[in-house]
Amino acid sequence: MISKKVASVKEALDGVQDGMTFMLGGFGLCGIPENAIAELVASNIKDITCISNNAGVDDFGLGLLLHKRQIKKMISSYVGENEEFERQMLSGELEVELTPQGTLAEKCRAAQAGFPAFYTPAGYGTEVAEGKETREFNGKMYVLEEAFKADFSFVKAWKGDEAGNLIFKGTARNFNPCMCGAAKITVAEVEELVPAGELDPNQIHIPGIFVQRIFQGSNYEKRIEQRTVRKR
Amino acid sequence: MFNFQIDIFKLTVMLDKNGIAKRIAQEVKDGYYVNLGIGIPTLVANFVRDDINVEFQSENGVLGMGPFPFEGEEDADIINAGKQTITTLPGASFFDSATSFGMIRGQHVDLTILGAMEVAENGDIANWKIPGKMVKGMGGAMDLVASAENIIVAMMHTNRAGVSKLLKRCSLPLTGVGCVTKIVTNLAVLEVTPAGFKLVERAPGVTVEEIKTATEGHLIVEGSVPEMPI
Repeated sequence: MISKKVASVKEALDGVQDGMTFMLGGFGLCGIPENAIAELVASNIKDITCISNNAGVDDFGLGLLLHKRQIKKMISSYVGENEEFERQMLSGELEVELTPQGTLAEKCRAAQAGFPAFYTPAGYGTEVAEGKETREFNGKMYVLEEAFKADFSFVKAWKGDEAGNLIFKGTARNFNPCMCGAAKITVAEVEELVPAGELDPNQIHIPGIFVQRIFQGSNYEKRIEQRTVRKR
Repeated sequence: MFNFQIDIFKLTVMLDKNGIAKRIAQEVKDGYYVNLGIGIPTLVANFVRDDINVEFQSENGVLGMGPFPFEGEEDADIINAGKQTITTLPGASFFDSATSFGMIRGQHVDLTILGAMEVAENGDIANWKIPGKMVKGMGGAMDLVASAENIIVAMMHTNRAGVSKLLKRCSLPLTGVGCVTKIVTNLAVLEVTPAGFKLVERAPGVTVEEIKTATEGHLIVEGSVPEMPI
Protein backbone atom coordinates (compact mmCIF):
# COMPACT_ATOMS: atom_id res chain seq x y z
CA MET A 1 0.00 0.00 0.00
CA ILE A 2 1.30 3.42 -0.94
CA SER A 3 0.25 5.75 1.86
CA LYS A 4 -1.10 9.18 0.99
CA LYS A 5 -1.92 10.13 4.55
CA VAL A 6 -0.69 13.44 5.93
CA ALA A 7 -1.08 14.54 9.52
CA SER A 8 -2.72 17.92 9.08
CA VAL A 9 -4.26 20.39 6.68
CA LYS A 10 -1.06 22.46 7.01
CA GLU A 11 1.03 19.57 5.76
CA ALA A 12 -1.53 18.88 3.03
CA LEU A 13 -1.12 22.42 1.68
CA ASP A 14 2.68 22.36 1.66
CA GLY A 15 3.99 24.01 -1.50
CA VAL A 16 1.02 26.29 -2.06
CA GLN A 17 2.24 29.65 -3.39
CA ASP A 18 1.00 33.05 -4.52
CA GLY A 19 -0.22 33.16 -8.12
CA MET A 20 -1.06 29.46 -8.34
CA THR A 21 -4.17 27.92 -9.92
CA PHE A 22 -6.39 25.75 -7.73
CA MET A 23 -9.36 23.50 -8.43
CA LEU A 24 -11.89 23.33 -5.62
CA GLY A 25 -14.73 20.82 -5.51
CA GLY A 26 -18.28 21.58 -4.45
CA PHE A 27 -21.61 22.76 -5.81
CA GLY A 28 -22.78 25.80 -3.91
CA LEU A 29 -21.70 24.96 -0.36
CA CYS A 30 -22.38 21.25 -0.85
CA GLY A 31 -19.23 19.15 -0.80
CA ILE A 32 -16.73 22.01 -0.52
CA PRO A 33 -13.28 21.35 1.00
CA GLU A 34 -13.98 23.42 4.12
CA ASN A 35 -10.68 22.66 5.87
CA ALA A 36 -8.49 23.50 2.88
CA ILE A 37 -10.38 26.74 2.26
CA ALA A 38 -10.00 27.79 5.91
CA GLU A 39 -6.26 27.10 5.70
CA LEU A 40 -5.93 29.08 2.45
CA VAL A 41 -7.72 32.00 4.11
CA ALA A 42 -5.39 31.82 7.14
CA SER A 43 -2.27 31.51 4.96
CA ASN A 44 -2.91 34.93 3.36
CA ILE A 45 -1.89 33.49 0.01
CA LYS A 46 -2.75 35.92 -2.81
CA ASP A 47 -3.26 36.39 -6.56
CA ILE A 48 -4.69 32.92 -6.90
CA THR A 49 -6.89 31.58 -9.70
CA CYS A 50 -9.74 29.37 -8.51
CA ILE A 51 -11.57 26.86 -10.68
CA SER A 52 -14.82 26.12 -8.87
CA ASN A 53 -18.42 25.90 -10.00
CA ASN A 54 -19.50 28.62 -7.55
CA ALA A 55 -17.71 31.00 -5.25
CA GLY A 56 -19.46 30.14 -2.02
CA VAL A 57 -21.64 32.74 -0.31
CA ASP A 58 -20.64 36.10 1.11
CA ASP A 59 -19.42 34.71 4.43
CA PHE A 60 -18.56 31.07 3.73
CA GLY A 61 -16.71 28.86 1.29
CA LEU A 62 -14.71 30.69 -1.38
CA GLY A 63 -16.59 33.83 -0.39
CA LEU A 64 -14.09 34.06 2.50
CA LEU A 65 -11.16 34.21 0.06
CA LEU A 66 -12.99 36.74 -2.12
CA HIS A 67 -13.67 38.90 0.90
CA LYS A 68 -9.94 39.11 1.67
CA ARG A 69 -9.16 39.82 -2.01
CA GLN A 70 -6.96 36.75 -2.22
CA ILE A 71 -8.47 35.66 -5.53
CA LYS A 72 -7.26 37.27 -8.75
CA LYS A 73 -9.37 35.20 -11.10
CA MET A 74 -12.41 32.91 -10.79
CA ILE A 75 -13.36 30.27 -13.33
CA SER A 76 -16.98 29.34 -12.53
CA SER A 77 -20.36 28.64 -14.06
CA TYR A 78 -22.65 30.39 -11.60
CA VAL A 79 -22.29 33.33 -9.25
CA GLY A 80 -25.94 33.99 -8.48
CA GLU A 81 -25.82 33.57 -4.71
CA ASN A 82 -22.78 35.70 -3.98
CA GLU A 83 -23.23 39.47 -3.89
CA GLU A 84 -19.56 40.24 -3.24
CA PHE A 85 -18.57 38.10 -6.22
CA GLU A 86 -21.03 39.93 -8.47
CA ARG A 87 -19.85 43.31 -7.15
CA GLN A 88 -16.13 42.54 -7.68
CA MET A 89 -16.88 41.18 -11.13
CA LEU A 90 -19.00 44.11 -12.30
CA SER A 91 -16.47 46.63 -10.94
CA GLY A 92 -13.62 44.82 -12.69
CA GLU A 93 -11.67 44.10 -9.47
CA LEU A 94 -11.99 40.38 -10.10
CA GLU A 95 -11.20 38.61 -13.33
CA VAL A 96 -13.95 36.11 -14.12
CA GLU A 97 -14.18 33.42 -16.76
CA LEU A 98 -17.74 32.14 -16.84
CA THR A 99 -17.84 28.63 -18.24
CA PRO A 100 -20.88 26.41 -18.87
CA GLN A 101 -21.23 23.90 -16.03
CA GLY A 102 -20.88 20.78 -18.16
CA THR A 103 -17.88 22.26 -19.94
CA LEU A 104 -16.32 23.12 -16.57
CA ALA A 105 -16.75 19.53 -15.41
CA GLU A 106 -15.38 18.13 -18.67
CA LYS A 107 -12.35 20.48 -18.62
CA CYS A 108 -11.52 18.92 -15.24
CA ARG A 109 -12.13 15.37 -16.41
CA ALA A 110 -10.09 15.97 -19.59
CA ALA A 111 -7.16 17.12 -17.43
CA GLN A 112 -7.58 14.02 -15.26
CA ALA A 113 -7.76 11.67 -18.24
CA GLY A 114 -5.03 13.20 -20.39
CA PHE A 115 -7.11 14.80 -23.12
CA PRO A 116 -5.77 18.22 -24.19
CA ALA A 117 -9.16 19.38 -25.49
CA PHE A 118 -12.62 18.26 -26.57
CA TYR A 119 -15.55 19.46 -28.66
CA THR A 120 -18.84 20.39 -26.99
CA PRO A 121 -22.02 21.95 -28.38
CA ALA A 122 -22.41 24.10 -25.24
CA GLY A 123 -21.98 27.79 -25.87
CA TYR A 124 -21.91 27.62 -29.65
CA GLY A 125 -23.17 30.93 -31.07
CA THR A 126 -22.72 32.70 -27.71
CA GLU A 127 -19.96 34.87 -26.27
CA VAL A 128 -18.51 31.77 -24.59
CA ALA A 129 -17.40 30.54 -28.04
CA GLU A 130 -15.76 33.84 -29.07
CA GLY A 131 -12.17 33.29 -30.20
CA LYS A 132 -12.49 29.53 -29.99
CA GLU A 133 -12.23 27.01 -32.79
CA THR A 134 -15.59 25.63 -33.94
CA ARG A 135 -16.29 22.62 -36.08
CA GLU A 136 -19.22 20.77 -37.59
CA PHE A 137 -19.82 17.09 -36.86
CA ASN A 138 -22.85 15.36 -38.40
CA GLY A 139 -24.56 18.64 -39.18
CA LYS A 140 -24.19 20.17 -35.71
CA MET A 141 -21.74 22.84 -34.55
CA TYR A 142 -19.30 22.31 -31.68
CA VAL A 143 -16.79 24.45 -29.78
CA LEU A 144 -13.24 23.29 -28.98
CA GLU A 145 -12.59 23.59 -25.24
CA GLU A 146 -9.20 22.95 -23.66
CA ALA A 147 -8.45 20.93 -20.52
CA PHE A 148 -7.65 22.90 -17.38
CA LYS A 149 -4.12 23.18 -16.05
CA ALA A 150 -3.89 23.56 -12.29
CA ASP A 151 -1.30 23.33 -9.52
CA PHE A 152 -3.52 21.90 -6.77
CA SER A 153 -6.93 20.23 -6.58
CA PHE A 154 -8.71 20.49 -3.24
CA VAL A 155 -11.50 17.97 -2.91
CA LYS A 156 -13.78 16.77 -0.15
CA ALA A 157 -15.03 13.19 0.21
CA TRP A 158 -17.18 11.38 2.76
CA LYS A 159 -14.86 8.46 3.48
CA GLY A 160 -11.32 7.77 2.46
CA ASP A 161 -8.51 5.38 3.34
CA GLU A 162 -4.77 5.83 3.77
CA ALA A 163 -4.22 4.68 0.18
CA GLY A 164 -6.16 7.73 -1.01
CA ASN A 165 -9.26 5.82 -2.15
CA LEU A 166 -12.39 7.97 -1.90
CA ILE A 167 -16.13 7.49 -1.44
CA PHE A 168 -18.50 10.43 -1.79
CA LYS A 169 -21.93 10.97 -0.32
CA GLY A 170 -25.09 12.22 -2.05
CA THR A 171 -24.80 15.32 -4.21
CA ALA A 172 -21.67 16.34 -2.28
CA ARG A 173 -19.94 14.29 -4.98
CA ASN A 174 -20.49 16.86 -7.79
CA PHE A 175 -17.16 18.20 -9.16
CA ASN A 176 -14.96 16.49 -6.58
CA PRO A 177 -14.27 13.22 -8.48
CA CYS A 178 -13.65 15.11 -11.75
CA MET A 179 -10.97 17.23 -10.08
CA CYS A 180 -9.03 14.30 -8.61
CA GLY A 181 -5.82 13.85 -10.54
CA ALA A 182 -6.63 16.88 -12.68
CA ALA A 183 -3.95 19.07 -11.05
CA LYS A 184 -0.27 18.45 -10.27
CA ILE A 185 -1.18 17.65 -6.66
CA THR A 186 -4.59 16.49 -5.44
CA VAL A 187 -5.39 17.05 -1.78
CA ALA A 188 -8.40 15.16 -0.41
CA GLU A 189 -10.01 15.88 2.93
CA VAL A 190 -12.48 13.36 4.32
CA GLU A 191 -15.01 13.16 7.12
CA GLU A 192 -13.76 9.71 8.01
CA LEU A 193 -10.24 8.45 7.30
CA VAL A 194 -9.80 4.70 7.76
CA PRO A 195 -6.85 2.31 7.43
CA ALA A 196 -6.32 0.67 4.04
CA GLY A 197 -8.41 -2.48 3.71
CA GLU A 198 -11.46 -1.18 5.53
CA LEU A 199 -13.25 0.16 2.47
CA ASP A 200 -14.79 -2.33 0.05
CA PRO A 201 -12.83 -2.01 -3.25
CA ASN A 202 -16.14 -2.49 -5.10
CA GLN A 203 -17.51 0.70 -3.59
CA ILE A 204 -14.58 3.06 -4.29
CA HIS A 205 -15.58 6.09 -6.42
CA ILE A 206 -12.04 7.44 -6.96
CA PRO A 207 -8.97 5.19 -6.80
CA GLY A 208 -6.06 6.45 -4.71
CA ILE A 209 -3.79 6.85 -7.74
CA PHE A 210 -5.57 10.17 -8.42
CA VAL A 211 -4.85 11.47 -4.91
CA GLN A 212 -1.44 12.59 -3.59
CA ARG A 213 -2.39 13.69 -0.07
CA ILE A 214 -5.29 12.75 2.18
CA PHE A 215 -6.15 13.98 5.66
CA GLN A 216 -8.85 13.64 8.27
CA GLY A 217 -10.95 16.82 8.13
CA SER A 218 -12.52 18.41 11.21
CA ASN A 219 -15.30 20.73 12.34
CA TYR A 220 -17.43 20.44 9.21
CA GLU A 221 -20.13 23.08 9.21
CA LYS A 222 -21.93 21.80 6.10
CA ARG A 223 -24.06 24.89 5.76
CA ILE A 224 -27.36 24.59 3.91
CA GLU A 225 -28.05 27.43 1.45
CA GLN A 226 -31.76 26.81 0.89
CA ARG A 227 -33.35 24.88 3.70
CA THR A 228 -36.56 23.60 2.11
CA VAL A 229 -38.87 21.25 4.01
CA ARG A 230 -42.45 19.98 3.85
CA LYS A 231 -45.02 19.48 6.58
CA ARG A 232 -45.53 16.04 8.04
CA MET B 1 -51.15 55.08 -20.71
CA PHE B 2 -54.16 54.28 -18.55
CA ASN B 3 -55.24 51.48 -20.87
CA PHE B 4 -51.69 50.11 -20.88
CA GLN B 5 -51.73 49.80 -17.10
CA ILE B 6 -55.09 48.07 -17.14
CA ASP B 7 -53.70 45.56 -19.64
CA ILE B 8 -50.75 44.75 -17.42
CA PHE B 9 -53.05 44.24 -14.47
CA LYS B 10 -55.14 41.83 -16.49
CA LEU B 11 -52.07 39.93 -17.70
CA THR B 12 -50.79 39.29 -14.22
CA VAL B 13 -54.06 37.71 -13.12
CA MET B 14 -54.44 35.43 -16.13
CA LEU B 15 -52.18 32.52 -15.19
CA ASP B 16 -49.81 32.49 -12.26
CA LYS B 17 -46.55 30.58 -11.95
CA ASN B 18 -48.36 27.48 -10.73
CA GLY B 19 -50.73 27.70 -13.70
CA ILE B 20 -47.77 27.73 -16.10
CA ALA B 21 -46.24 24.78 -14.27
CA LYS B 22 -49.54 22.90 -14.37
CA ARG B 23 -49.79 23.30 -18.14
CA ILE B 24 -46.18 22.23 -18.69
CA ALA B 25 -46.74 19.16 -16.53
CA GLN B 26 -49.06 17.89 -19.29
CA GLU B 27 -46.02 17.65 -21.58
CA VAL B 28 -44.34 15.18 -19.22
CA LYS B 29 -44.95 11.65 -20.50
CA ASP B 30 -44.64 8.19 -18.97
CA GLY B 31 -41.03 6.98 -18.95
CA TYR B 32 -39.48 10.44 -19.30
CA TYR B 33 -36.26 11.56 -17.65
CA VAL B 34 -36.80 15.28 -17.05
CA ASN B 35 -34.45 18.12 -16.11
CA LEU B 36 -36.14 21.02 -14.33
CA GLY B 37 -34.49 24.43 -14.16
CA ILE B 38 -34.68 26.87 -11.27
CA GLY B 39 -37.86 28.93 -10.70
CA ILE B 40 -41.18 28.09 -12.38
CA PRO B 41 -39.80 24.81 -13.85
CA THR B 42 -39.20 23.46 -10.33
CA LEU B 43 -42.95 23.76 -9.68
CA VAL B 44 -43.73 21.40 -12.58
CA ALA B 45 -42.92 18.37 -10.41
CA ASN B 46 -45.93 19.23 -8.21
CA PHE B 47 -48.37 18.76 -11.09
CA VAL B 48 -47.16 15.64 -12.88
CA ARG B 49 -49.83 12.91 -13.00
CA ASP B 50 -49.21 10.30 -10.35
CA ASP B 51 -50.21 7.39 -12.61
CA ILE B 52 -47.09 7.77 -14.78
CA ASN B 53 -43.44 6.98 -14.05
CA VAL B 54 -41.08 9.92 -14.41
CA GLU B 55 -37.60 10.55 -13.02
CA PHE B 56 -36.31 14.05 -12.35
CA GLN B 57 -32.66 14.79 -12.98
CA SER B 58 -30.85 17.59 -11.22
CA GLU B 59 -27.60 18.52 -12.94
CA ASN B 60 -25.61 18.76 -9.71
CA GLY B 61 -25.74 14.98 -9.66
CA VAL B 62 -28.97 13.18 -8.82
CA LEU B 63 -31.52 11.21 -10.78
CA GLY B 64 -34.77 10.23 -9.08
CA MET B 65 -35.30 13.41 -7.08
CA GLY B 66 -38.14 13.31 -4.55
CA PRO B 67 -40.00 15.97 -2.58
CA PHE B 68 -38.53 18.29 0.04
CA PRO B 69 -37.60 16.47 3.28
CA PHE B 70 -39.71 16.58 6.40
CA GLU B 71 -38.52 19.16 8.90
CA GLY B 72 -35.55 17.80 10.84
CA GLU B 73 -34.63 15.35 8.08
CA GLU B 74 -32.74 17.81 5.87
CA ASP B 75 -29.34 16.56 4.72
CA ALA B 76 -26.76 19.17 3.66
CA ASP B 77 -25.27 16.57 1.32
CA ILE B 78 -28.49 16.06 -0.65
CA ILE B 79 -29.57 19.14 -2.59
CA ASN B 80 -30.89 20.06 -6.04
CA ALA B 81 -29.46 22.51 -8.57
CA GLY B 82 -31.28 25.33 -6.79
CA LYS B 83 -29.31 24.43 -3.63
CA GLN B 84 -32.56 23.35 -1.95
CA THR B 85 -32.59 20.36 0.39
CA ILE B 86 -34.36 17.42 -1.28
CA THR B 87 -35.01 13.71 -0.86
CA THR B 88 -34.58 10.81 -3.26
CA LEU B 89 -37.10 8.21 -4.43
CA PRO B 90 -36.60 4.44 -4.79
CA GLY B 91 -34.38 3.84 -7.83
CA ALA B 92 -32.49 7.11 -7.40
CA SER B 93 -28.78 7.49 -8.08
CA PHE B 94 -26.01 10.01 -7.41
CA PHE B 95 -23.15 10.79 -9.80
CA ASP B 96 -20.43 13.32 -10.51
CA SER B 97 -20.83 16.49 -12.58
CA ALA B 98 -19.10 15.14 -15.68
CA THR B 99 -21.40 12.10 -15.71
CA SER B 100 -24.39 14.35 -15.12
CA PHE B 101 -23.60 16.48 -18.15
CA GLY B 102 -22.84 13.32 -20.09
CA MET B 103 -26.51 12.44 -19.57
CA ILE B 104 -27.48 15.89 -20.83
CA ARG B 105 -24.99 16.27 -23.69
CA GLY B 106 -25.51 12.67 -24.74
CA GLN B 107 -29.26 13.35 -25.08
CA HIS B 108 -30.31 10.75 -22.55
CA VAL B 109 -32.62 13.27 -20.86
CA ASP B 110 -35.99 13.37 -22.62
CA LEU B 111 -37.26 16.80 -21.64
CA THR B 112 -35.65 20.01 -20.41
CA ILE B 113 -37.74 22.77 -18.85
CA LEU B 114 -36.10 26.09 -18.08
CA GLY B 115 -36.80 29.77 -17.54
CA ALA B 116 -35.72 32.63 -19.79
CA MET B 117 -35.34 36.39 -19.89
CA GLU B 118 -35.88 36.47 -23.66
CA VAL B 119 -36.76 34.05 -26.44
CA ALA B 120 -36.51 34.95 -30.13
CA GLU B 121 -38.79 33.78 -32.93
CA ASN B 122 -35.89 31.67 -34.33
CA GLY B 123 -35.60 29.74 -31.05
CA ASP B 124 -32.64 31.67 -29.59
CA ILE B 125 -32.73 32.01 -25.81
CA ALA B 126 -31.12 34.47 -23.36
CA ASN B 127 -31.19 33.86 -19.62
CA TRP B 128 -27.81 34.40 -17.97
CA LYS B 129 -26.62 37.97 -18.17
CA ILE B 130 -27.67 41.62 -18.41
CA PRO B 131 -24.46 43.44 -19.41
CA GLY B 132 -23.30 45.91 -16.76
CA LYS B 133 -26.19 45.12 -14.44
CA MET B 134 -26.61 41.50 -13.56
CA VAL B 135 -24.50 38.43 -14.13
CA LYS B 136 -25.75 35.23 -12.56
CA GLY B 137 -23.77 32.99 -14.85
CA MET B 138 -25.07 30.33 -17.18
CA GLY B 139 -24.74 27.41 -14.78
CA GLY B 140 -25.82 24.36 -16.74
CA ALA B 141 -28.17 26.25 -19.07
CA MET B 142 -25.79 26.46 -22.04
CA ASP B 143 -25.10 22.73 -21.92
CA LEU B 144 -28.80 21.97 -21.58
CA VAL B 145 -30.03 24.13 -24.44
CA ALA B 146 -27.21 23.12 -26.79
CA SER B 147 -27.88 19.43 -26.32
CA ALA B 148 -31.52 18.77 -25.51
CA GLU B 149 -33.88 18.03 -28.39
CA ASN B 150 -37.01 18.80 -26.42
CA ILE B 151 -36.81 22.16 -24.65
CA ILE B 152 -39.75 23.96 -23.10
CA VAL B 153 -39.35 27.48 -21.79
CA ALA B 154 -41.47 28.50 -18.81
CA MET B 155 -41.76 32.25 -18.33
CA MET B 156 -43.99 35.28 -18.05
CA HIS B 157 -44.98 36.66 -21.46
CA THR B 158 -43.75 40.15 -20.56
CA ASN B 159 -41.25 41.53 -18.04
CA ARG B 160 -42.19 43.61 -15.00
CA ALA B 161 -42.18 46.77 -17.12
CA GLY B 162 -44.68 45.16 -19.50
CA VAL B 163 -42.15 44.66 -22.31
CA SER B 164 -42.50 41.49 -24.39
CA LYS B 165 -40.04 38.66 -23.73
CA LEU B 166 -40.95 36.98 -27.05
CA LEU B 167 -38.86 38.91 -29.53
CA LYS B 168 -37.77 39.07 -33.16
CA ARG B 169 -34.17 38.88 -31.96
CA CYS B 170 -32.80 38.58 -28.44
CA SER B 171 -31.22 41.79 -27.15
CA LEU B 172 -29.34 40.11 -24.28
CA PRO B 173 -26.28 37.86 -24.61
CA LEU B 174 -27.43 34.45 -25.86
CA THR B 175 -27.48 31.22 -23.92
CA GLY B 176 -28.08 29.13 -27.03
CA VAL B 177 -29.07 29.47 -30.68
CA GLY B 178 -32.16 28.05 -32.39
CA CYS B 179 -32.87 25.60 -29.60
CA VAL B 180 -36.26 26.37 -28.00
CA THR B 181 -39.13 24.23 -29.29
CA LYS B 182 -42.03 25.29 -27.07
CA ILE B 183 -42.89 28.17 -24.76
CA VAL B 184 -45.53 28.25 -22.03
CA THR B 185 -46.29 31.67 -20.60
CA ASN B 186 -48.99 33.19 -18.40
CA LEU B 187 -50.87 34.01 -21.63
CA ALA B 188 -50.27 31.22 -24.09
CA VAL B 189 -48.62 28.06 -25.37
CA LEU B 190 -46.48 28.72 -28.42
CA GLU B 191 -44.34 26.57 -30.69
CA VAL B 192 -41.21 27.85 -32.35
CA THR B 193 -41.46 27.22 -36.11
CA PRO B 194 -39.23 28.31 -39.01
CA ALA B 195 -41.84 31.03 -39.69
CA GLY B 196 -42.03 32.36 -36.12
CA PHE B 197 -44.03 31.82 -32.91
CA LYS B 198 -47.06 29.67 -33.64
CA LEU B 199 -49.90 30.29 -31.18
CA VAL B 200 -51.16 26.90 -30.05
CA GLU B 201 -53.29 27.64 -26.98
CA ARG B 202 -54.57 30.63 -25.04
CA ALA B 203 -54.63 30.86 -21.24
CA PRO B 204 -58.21 30.83 -19.93
CA GLY B 205 -59.89 34.17 -20.60
CA VAL B 206 -57.03 35.59 -22.67
CA THR B 207 -57.82 36.79 -26.20
CA VAL B 208 -55.69 36.34 -29.31
CA GLU B 209 -55.54 40.13 -29.53
CA GLU B 210 -54.01 40.38 -26.04
CA ILE B 211 -51.39 37.79 -26.94
CA LYS B 212 -50.57 39.65 -30.17
CA THR B 213 -50.10 42.88 -28.24
CA ALA B 214 -47.76 41.18 -25.77
CA THR B 215 -45.67 39.46 -28.45
CA GLU B 216 -42.99 41.49 -30.23
CA GLY B 217 -41.81 38.64 -32.47
CA HIS B 218 -43.80 37.31 -35.42
CA LEU B 219 -46.93 35.55 -34.15
CA ILE B 220 -48.65 32.99 -36.36
CA VAL B 221 -52.36 32.53 -35.69
CA GLU B 222 -54.14 29.83 -37.67
CA GLY B 223 -57.88 29.36 -37.32
CA SER B 224 -59.45 29.50 -33.89
CA VAL B 225 -57.00 29.01 -31.05
CA PRO B 226 -58.28 26.81 -28.21
CA GLU B 227 -57.95 27.56 -24.50
CA MET B 228 -55.44 25.59 -22.46
CA PRO B 229 -56.97 22.43 -21.03
CA ILE B 230 -56.19 23.18 -17.38
